[in-house]
Amino acid sequence: MFYNYLKITFAVLKRRKLLTFISLFGVSFTLTILIVTVSFYDHVFSAKYPDLKRNQMLYISRVVSKDSKSGGTNTSPSGYYLIKEYVSKMKTPEKIGFATQPSTINIYNPGGNKLRVFYKYTDANFWDLHEFDFKQGKPYGQQNLDNHENVIVINEKTRDDYFGKNVDAIGKTFEIINEPYKVIGVVRGSPITRFYSSSDIYIPYNLTKENLSLNHRLHGSYTIFLKGNSKQDLINIRKEFADIVPKLPFTEYDHWFKPDKHYIFADNYVEAFSRELFGDTDTPGLIKFYLLLAFSAFIFMLLPAINLINININRIMERASEIGIRKAFGASANTLVKQFLVENIFVSLLGTLIAIALSIISIYYINHTNLIAYSDLTINWKVLTLAIIFSFAFGLISGVYPAWRMSKMNIVEALKY
Amino acid sequence: MIKLQNIDKVYRTSTIETMALNNINLAIDKGEFLSIMGPSGCGKSTLLNIIGLLDEPTNGVIEIAGEKASGLPDKKLSAFRNRKLGFVFQSYHLINDLPVLDNVELPLLYRSMSAAERKKLAAEALEKVGLSNRMYHYPSQLSGGQKQRVAIARAIVGKPAIILADEPTGNLDSAMGNEIMEILIDLNKNDKTTIVMVTHDENMSKMTHRLVRLFDGSQVS
Repeated sequence: MFYNYLKITFAVLKRRKLLTFISLFGVSFTLTILIVTVSFYDHVFSAKYPDLKRNQMLYISRVVSKDSKSGGTNTSPSGYYLIKEYVSKMKTPEKIGFATQPSTINIYNPGGNKLRVFYKYTDANFWDLHEFDFKQGKPYGQQNLDNHENVIVINEKTRDDYFGKNVDAIGKTFEIINEPYKVIGVVRGSPITRFYSSSDIYIPYNLTKENLSLNHRLHGSYTIFLKGNSKQDLINIRKEFADIVPKLPFTEYDHWFKPDKHYIFADNYVEAFSRELFGDTDTPGLIKFYLLLAFSAFIFMLLPAINLINININRIMERASEIGIRKAFGASANTLVKQFLVENIFVSLLGTLIAIALSIISIYYINHTNLIAYSDLTINWKVLTLAIIFSFAFGLISGVYPAWRMSKMNIVEALKY
Repeated sequence: MIKLQNIDKVYRTSTIETMALNNINLAIDKGEFLSIMGPSGCGKSTLLNIIGLLDEPTNGVIEIAGEKASGLPDKKLSAFRNRKLGFVFQSYHLINDLPVLDNVELPLLYRSMSAAERKKLAAEALEKVGLSNRMYHYPSQLSGGQKQRVAIARAIVGKPAIILADEPTGNLDSAMGNEIMEILIDLNKNDKTTIVMVTHDENMSKMTHRLVRLFDGSQVS
């Protein structure tokens, strides 16, 4: 039976070339965008280079202080005071590190060419918490920080742009706004979408011009990394930190902003990301985040699906006579619905194959052009599974109504076509 | 074999009501070859469609092979048509996208049967109508007479007790029409298949056991 369904599907697809093209184009184009989007989601949220320990880490990315009387809120990354006085004294994390988010700066290479680069300040533990691939040299350690050495780590592209392609940069001087730094390590670059770890230049945090001794400032410019070894560790870390928050001091920043409550959380990566976009004071807004993703995917599939429903109705109406014949010889309405759904899902799956090919080309293009530097989008089994699920959903959405409508057709009327 | 009691068929639109069939009472015996004649629009095809359970009467009862066949739910009705009835239409109604063999095996798709068995029975049916050499041709590659023979093969492949033929020779020249009639007569004689045929052709009707005439939706003889 199934084979017969496929046979007629192929025959009809071959006969109506324009309709086939429109149907397949609709399906494959929609799915290509979905696959690339899912691949991009995977690129942003999966534990990939150099964030390979992401699933063992919690992030304190945002400090929110609220003045309930004036309604004023101060939101920023964490301050050095919070790290030094509270977080660094925590017992449950296996390792604690911190880094600023990437900022941009213009520098000039020895040839006088302007380079626009990202830089970030990190502590020494940052290198243990991430798995950077050192192409030359090594990371700076606590000793370098204690000695206040002007050392930096740069990525390969920055090395190539500053010193020349594949030049051995270790020990060479790298100037950032008239300040000389010695290059101590060169790492493989990572995409900026991994913004907790990605940068072109890494500088020891104690070389910052910022005054680190500012008292009682919980606010600052750092993201804190807390590493555990197991899920239970992460639960314990969250709990320990949650117990610290109520004990944090309230700094009277000025006379009209007097915060009386802090909202600071140790989040996993997705929560930290979601909190930035959808979070309120208490929750990271994960439900909103996932709902938005699901809704966007649904709407994105719905619009072409409605179009395909229209095409499918025409395609099926054109086969009214066949429907009449099949019914006359014993096909029930349910059997016909099944047949047309199988056909539609088959067309969708065919569209999926084309979509996968198109996605591979698109992803190759994204990875090999400078659209996102160092991007390493991939089509993995998760992406493929989702694509097939989307395709099934698409086939069902665009096939159910036409199939149901034609199955209800009066046989005598159908045979008149 | 077939019993129609007080069958009416009324077509209603918002402005007009048309009585297509009016109080038809008809009993057709097992193994009978019955023809239905009458002028265009007198309700012949409507009557055949009602006998074939392709359409529902407005009033009245249909019994086929001792079973009350009107008012059955879709699934049972479909199974009933599949087992008991075979259709031959004036314009053949073959599926042009499928080769002859696949067209013929179509009724068997809705029975639990292996593909090999389906193919075997379809090939036998085609042999019976003399078209074994056209199995893998498409309908568009056949003449009108050949198409109608394929349609007959499809109607008999499931070995139904009743064949309903709606002007089976209507689109054919007399020589081809006679060929088709010979096949139907042979089926009736040798396989004891009950046949109900709508025709315009007096000569064809004379070859059947009994003739029913309709006029304006009523049975006149």
